[in-house]
Amino acid sequence: MKQLILAVCAAAVALTSIIPTTMAADSVTGAGASFPAPLYTRWAADYNKATGHRINYQSVGSSAGLKQIEVKTVDFGASDLPLTDAALREKGLIQFPTVVGGIVAIVNIPGVAPGQLKLNGQVLGDIYLGKITRWNDPAIVALNSGLKLPDIAIAVVRRADGSGTSAGFTNYLSKTNAEWKEKVGEGAVVSWPTGLGGKGNEGVAAFVARLKGAIGYVEYAYAKRNKLAHAQLQNRAGKFVQPSEASFKAAAATAEWEKSFHQILTDQPGDESWPITSATFILMHKIQDKPAQAAATLNFFEWVFENGDAQAASLEYIPMPSAVKDIIVRSWQSVTDISGKAVRP
Amino acid sequence: MRLNLNISNAFADRLFSLAARGSALLTLVLLLGIIVSLVMGAWPAIREYGPGFLTHDAWDPVREDFGGRVMIHGTLATSFIALLIAVPVSFGIALFLTELSPAWLKRPLGTAIELLAAVPSIVYGMWGLMVFGPVLAQYVQQPMQSLLGDVPFLGALVSGPPVGIGILSAGIILSIMVIPFIASVMRDVFEVTPPLLKESAYGLGATTWEVVWRVVLPYTKTGVLGGIMLGLGRALGETMAVTFVIGNMSQSSSLSLFEPANSITSALANEFAEAAPGLHQASLIYLGLVLFLITFTVLICSKLLLMRLKKGEGRRA
Repeated sequence: MKQLILAVCAAAVALTSIIPTTMAADSVTGAGASFPAPLYTRWAADYNKATGHRINYQSVGSSAGLKQIEVKTVDFGASDLPLTDAALREKGLIQFPTVVGGIVAIVNIPGVAPGQLKLNGQVLGDIYLGKITRWNDPAIVALNSGLKLPDIAIAVVRRADGSGTSAGFTNYLSKTNAEWKEKVGEGAVVSWPTGLGGKGNEGVAAFVARLKGAIGYVEYAYAKRNKLAHAQLQNRAGKFVQPSEASFKAAAATAEWEKSFHQILTDQPGDESWPITSATFILMHKIQDKPAQAAATLNFFEWVFENGDAQAASLEYIPMPSAVKDIIVRSWQSVTDISGKAVRP
Repeated sequence: MRLNLNISNAFADRLFSLAARGSALLTLVLLLGIIVSLVMGAWPAIREYGPGFLTHDAWDPVREDFGGRVMIHGTLATSFIALLIAVPVSFGIALFLTELSPAWLKRPLGTAIELLAAVPSIVYGMWGLMVFGPVLAQYVQQPMQSLLGDVPFLGALVSGPPVGIGILSAGIILSIMVIPFIASVMRDVFEVTPPLLKESAYGLGATTWEVVWRVVLPYTKTGVLGGIMLGLGRALGETMAVTFVIGNMSQSSSLSLFEPANSITSALANEFAEAAPGLHQASLIYLGLVLFLITFTVLICSKLLLMRLKKGEGRRA
């Protein structure tokens, strides 16, 4: 009995001595969007290898990331939706973009090869509103002269879970389809008029792959890795474009980053621009209680901007253009400690 | 030395009783804490919608118009279908294992059924989505649609896109998940029926069915009901498997077994992470509170049922 008690005590002492040492390790914690999570984890691992500093990223979703940075449980938050400048001022936060990604429409139509089908925002919106229900509808045929479209029903597939992908997609539909804007609107979760909800990119892709006549939307990286049949989209300039790194970059380049980081990259001008492009963002407090942590966080992102483009490309994310990176790094001057001194010299 | 031991024994005894009482109290305090925090979290939605939330048929996060009817209907309907299938099947399994099975088969078969309970729910979900859904669509839904499509009520029951996704597939997947729970509880309680009773009945010339129906089942009804309630509790609360096969449509609700629908747990799992603070989040917590109340009601009903059964026992004797 006595021995047992001793053993338990010893174990307890051993445990309490282990926990503080791991907690006290030099580490920065972030939480938020799931879309860039694979990349942030990869960057964190490489950064750890190169410098020995530890970055923990929890993929909990954009809204949860925003909540956590507001109550300061993390050093940085991550969100797929930029906050407006007014909201940033009110919450005392700053934001900056890290990478850009694209959202593509995927289809499963017998006899139509990947990249052949052409759609625009109006038609895509009408399909998701349930107004266009067959693939040989005159509105679709008008965009696709020369393509033989079968007389089968359209099965609409969308995300069931709240996600930045849905937010980007519905934002695009709201900009290009007036009825969509009026009836449904935009958001991470909306009141979908029709369709099946799949969980995550993989759930949407599974439904589209299985159902003849299905249409869905997923992140470009996911569509490319799994070789899903995507559609061309008509951009604001009236040109039909294929989703590719070049067309995402073109969309990102048209934004006026020097004015504000609150840029929504859907339906951008430019002949090459892919119409459903979106950036993902980091949120930090402007005035820092723990300047050392803030400096460590910013050091990580500076390292990432210098050394992380190759990893981003290998995971199908598009790095920010270097001119934009310069603007971002300059903007960090506004992150200060309580006395107003910049946390990074 | 001896005295020392006595003191430490008395001390250990008191410590043990304190620990046991503390554990029991802790559970109650936790339960209370959960209810209080659910009500607090849901309060904005309760104030806004009141009990009308339960029957309101909308879910629009953009315009902040919420109602839980579709999810509540989905949760109840899938659990009902699950029990409808799982109870008779489990009864058959337990009956076979205790009365009919050759001795060499009892153990491997019993273990195999218990193993089903150890399969993670996401595996059931993926299997339902990839394998079972298409089979259901092709061999059940489409024949039924062509057979019943024009019949007024039954036609509406089987309408929907031919995907094999919806209330019915969720209910069937759930039934497979709860069968091991119900079956193993039933088998265990059937086994404790005194052989004397059974053999007396057999001696009087009763068939196996009569023995089970007239002797074993009345003797074990508390345990059987407990097993069914355990299964129902699991069916009501299951999240991951349901979310894969139910279609996740929170807006429209129809009678159909094949239209995409939604359940309370599935809506929570899908939307909570990205729900904006305010009415959306409060409405989701309200849904959680409703689920809590549903399971609570189920528990009370089963207790009442048991009490009535016990009363009847006295009369029959």
